[in-house]
Amino acid sequence: MAELQSQAAHAATTPAVMSPWDKVVNLVSRYPVAFMTLFFILFPFVVPYQALATQIIIWGLFALGYNVCLGYTGMLSFGHAAYFGVGSYTLGIVLIRLWENVWFGLACATFMGGITALVLGYLCIKRRGIYFALLTLAFAQLLYFVAFQWVNLTGGDNGLRNIPAVPLALPGFSVDIHDPLRFYFFVLFFVVLALLLLQRILQSPFGRVLEAVRENDPRARSCGYETSNVRWLAFIVSGAISGLAGGLYALYLHFVGIESLYWVTSGQILMITLLGGMGSFIGPFIGAGVFLFLEDVLSAITVNWMIFLGTVFILCVLFFPDGIWGTFVKLIGRKSALKR
Amino acid sequence: MDFNVIIMQLFTGLSLGMLYVLLALGLSIIFGLLTVVNFAHGSMYMWGAFVGVFTVAWTGNFWAALVLAPLGVGLYGLVIERWLIRPLYGRDINYPLLLTFGLQLIMIEVVRIFFGTSDHPFSAPALLSMPLEVMGIFYFPAYRVFLIVFTAVICFVLWFFLEKTDLGLIIRAGTRDPLMVRALGIDMNLIWWLVFGIGSALAGLAGILAAPIRSVYPEMGIAMLVECFVVTVVGGMGSLPGAIVAGILLGIVSSLTTLVYPQMADIVIFLVMAVVLLVRPSGLFGKAGLLE
Amino acid sequence: MPEHQKGKGKGVSRRTFFKTTGVAAGAAALGGFHFVRKSQAASGPLKLGCPLPLTGPYGTEALDQQAGAALAVAEVNKNGGVLGRKVELVVRDTKLKADEAARRAKELIESVKVELMTGCLSAANQLAVNEQCKLVGMPYMSISQSNEITERRDASVYTYHEALDPHTTTQAVGKWAAQKFGKRWYFLTSDYAFGWQLTDGFRRVGKMFGVQDVGETKHPLGTADFSSYFPRIMAAKPDVLIIDNFGKDQLNTIKQATSFGLKKKIQLLCPVLLASARLGAGTAAYEGVVGGTSFYWEQNHPTAKKFVAAFQKANGRPPIDYAGYAYSGVLELLNGVNRAGKLDALALATAIENRNYDNYKGKQWWRPCDHQSQQDVFILRSKTPKKKYDVFEIIDTVSGANEALLRTCVELGHKPGVPNRTGLKK
Repeated sequence: MAELQSQAAHAATTPAVMSPWDKVVNLVSRYPVAFMTLFFILFPFVVPYQALATQIIIWGLFALGYNVCLGYTGMLSFGHAAYFGVGSYTLGIVLIRLWENVWFGLACATFMGGITALVLGYLCIKRRGIYFALLTLAFAQLLYFVAFQWVNLTGGDNGLRNIPAVPLALPGFSVDIHDPLRFYFFVLFFVVLALLLLQRILQSPFGRVLEAVRENDPRARSCGYETSNVRWLAFIVSGAISGLAGGLYALYLHFVGIESLYWVTSGQILMITLLGGMGSFIGPFIGAGVFLFLEDVLSAITVNWMIFLGTVFILCVLFFPDGIWGTFVKLIGRKSALKR
Repeated sequence: MDFNVIIMQLFTGLSLGMLYVLLALGLSIIFGLLTVVNFAHGSMYMWGAFVGVFTVAWTGNFWAALVLAPLGVGLYGLVIERWLIRPLYGRDINYPLLLTFGLQLIMIEVVRIFFGTSDHPFSAPALLSMPLEVMGIFYFPAYRVFLIVFTAVICFVLWFFLEKTDLGLIIRAGTRDPLMVRALGIDMNLIWWLVFGIGSALAGLAGILAAPIRSVYPEMGIAMLVECFVVTVVGGMGSLPGAIVAGILLGIVSSLTTLVYPQMADIVIFLVMAVVLLVRPSGLFGKAGLLE
Repeated sequence: MPEHQKGKGKGVSRRTFFKTTGVAAGAAALGGFHFVRKSQAASGPLKLGCPLPLTGPYGTEALDQQAGAALAVAEVNKNGGVLGRKVELVVRDTKLKADEAARRAKELIESVKVELMTGCLSAANQLAVNEQCKLVGMPYMSISQSNEITERRDASVYTYHEALDPHTTTQAVGKWAAQKFGKRWYFLTSDYAFGWQLTDGFRRVGKMFGVQDVGETKHPLGTADFSSYFPRIMAAKPDVLIIDNFGKDQLNTIKQATSFGLKKKIQLLCPVLLASARLGAGTAAYEGVVGGTSFYWEQNHPTAKKFVAAFQKANGRPPIDYAGYAYSGVLELLNGVNRAGKLDALALATAIENRNYDNYKGKQWWRPCDHQSQQDVFILRSKTPKKKYDVFEIIDTVSGANEALLRTCVELGHKPGVPNRTGLKK
């Protein structure tokens, strides 16, 4: 977590007098989960419509999962649609066929996302770089094909429909979560849960090893770590979080489109993650927010909105290679450095 | 299964593979030398087709289009390399990938704005639009025979250029060790520039060659791009013989699949890729260790 | 407003939309977020949601649908709007992705606060939007082909289907072809629900006429090169090749089949012959190809002429494939609300069910049990154009009267003759 480190280093050398702005930044960097939770609680009241807030945190969660792979372990996957899509279909199929229970459905979605990543990860993890990327793509496409053909289970090209609108069953009472705001907070609960879990993982010794693998694989290996197992484990965590996001998305739309498994979804999540900034908690959510907001606003203005999206990407790559959040953190760092 | 059908299937597979070969050569040569994963390659293919369509609309001459399309797209590639890709050398390979991804969105949209979303009619020159009779029951279009022969000639020219000319020697040396080449006083920037132009021109050429066969519309390059990544990887990234062999191989595999289990005709190339990469991690002709 | 300006309904409505939502959202981005929410009052113009695949392979047809819907809205507004309110068409891009269609429909419902829904091209997209509409009890007029949307599982009191469905299309085209062409049929089927349904429909009607099924090849959706499918087809020596696919797939099939000389021995038949594909492939490729359609702009019928003239005036070109569905569907929806006298889904259903109407192509009828519009199917042959868009000639009309081309209510899982009240929210 680059920004954490730079902020920590910065905090150590900063003189006693800090501007209020620096204090805020410092605080945010030190407690990202707390800050993000606070922000997300206010979030649905400041976006144009609540459904957008829900979409942003679901895609942000997916990007967060993807980031475990790309940002924290340095694996460029081009097949994350598989885990997202498997999560979506699992939730839908469980609610339709097995048990109309949201908790159970989401647990299954997370589990199946993880299991899929476990199996496919086993096959891909030994390959690196562009070969890894395309191998993950190949398996994701095969899953897409299976879902496309297995019409009885998935609905095929027409998508999985008639997912029941199940109320949230808690011991003692039940809540209808299909009011937009309530559903948002329901999703937020899982986002915070995932953030806490991820923070715990990354701050554990395992998280340190992940970083070591990303920065220098041979050296980590010579330190005695079985690096491909480390990467595999990260891949599974990433798949499980993506599966959870997929499950939530299916619950949100009451529908699973076959496109959720298509490679375009994998491309989109890569874009979102890079746009927001890799290797941080906040980046993926900023990426998802900017991406979806741009898409919504621009596509209402012109049919040719993709031209603006493309321009934004090119400008980002040329001038903000660390993504929006990464650039922001750097700018803050530089400003403080100048003051010093 | 009728033996004649299988022979015909091999031929259609070959003609299918030829477009893969042209596109994969471009991708591979750019990747081998610049380590740029060019996501805009599919859109360059599409631009090649559009340049061709409008050249023919103005001049009525297919052969003029066959020259202008690769030329135009090649020049465009030179501009892109100089102003957009060059600033990214030395950074992670994800950045050119992301940049060209954004670029392809823009390229598609530009075509949509100026030429609309519809398909554009385009036919092979009269000379080549005759179906040739084969074995009494089948026909094979003369244009596809031309496509196969023409691609073979292009491959030969490219081989000759890389193996027998001084510039080719420098390019080959550049794929091995660009630092060493630079130490010998050769401006690698210029070489990279040129190679990106050649790769783009090949994409443009594939576009104009595909125009008489396939529908010409703004998104025509998207699916093609992914298929060509697969071809490039199966052949081994950066390997030109690999691109040729894999292109033909996958064309034929896909064609034969339509006899056995046609629903899988698209997806089978991914299956082949998965198997190849599991058995030979760097592809059929790839160098181990490149870009890991 | 003078007539020629009225014609620009599409542009104006989008521009107005830009002003209200686009600028508002832009302002929202700068911090004035609550402005947007407050502007969404329940009164004011009645908003009609319309998700369409504007980008993606069916963009041409989608633009046609958009223009047709805009024309209908302009006409209704000229006649005083709906219940005294002006109607505003709110278009969204689905990119031809079903989950995007669902997302957009949700946005239209929750954020734009549309009160009626139409739109979509492709079965998957309309089913996704229908799903959203059923959840909130919003009337949805589907304007593209699907078998499922009138079946028990997906149909509801809120769902209307103005378009033909694959079954109807194949019954009409198959019946006609079985009498005119040879009896050896080969099917090239696009490998998804729409393609399968077309082939099933042709087989069903073929049996009645003693047609021999000499083979079927399924191809993946979005295949760019069909050449590898042809040897097997040629070897089977069929009289008729039935091309059960759509859009670019149809264009590519016919373009390549022509270059492979298939037409020398085989008649090519398309269930849905698309003008856009014909225009994109050129005259030579489509020469002699026969197929069905719901509407062709040169039809000699009073309402058709009126519709085409108005469309031509507004857009500077005649309507091609899908404008008619959108025009008629939107008219039915909006006029239905006017007849019902209130914006109420049940009252609207009662006002539409069993209705005979003729908006643009001849007699149509709303069947109560599944909300399917019964209509005629036209048989087209491709010809050498004298002017642009003059690409087909109508060579026959297959009458849809007396439910001849429809599946029975029982087959679809409904009670015959009983209005559909599935999923009615209290």
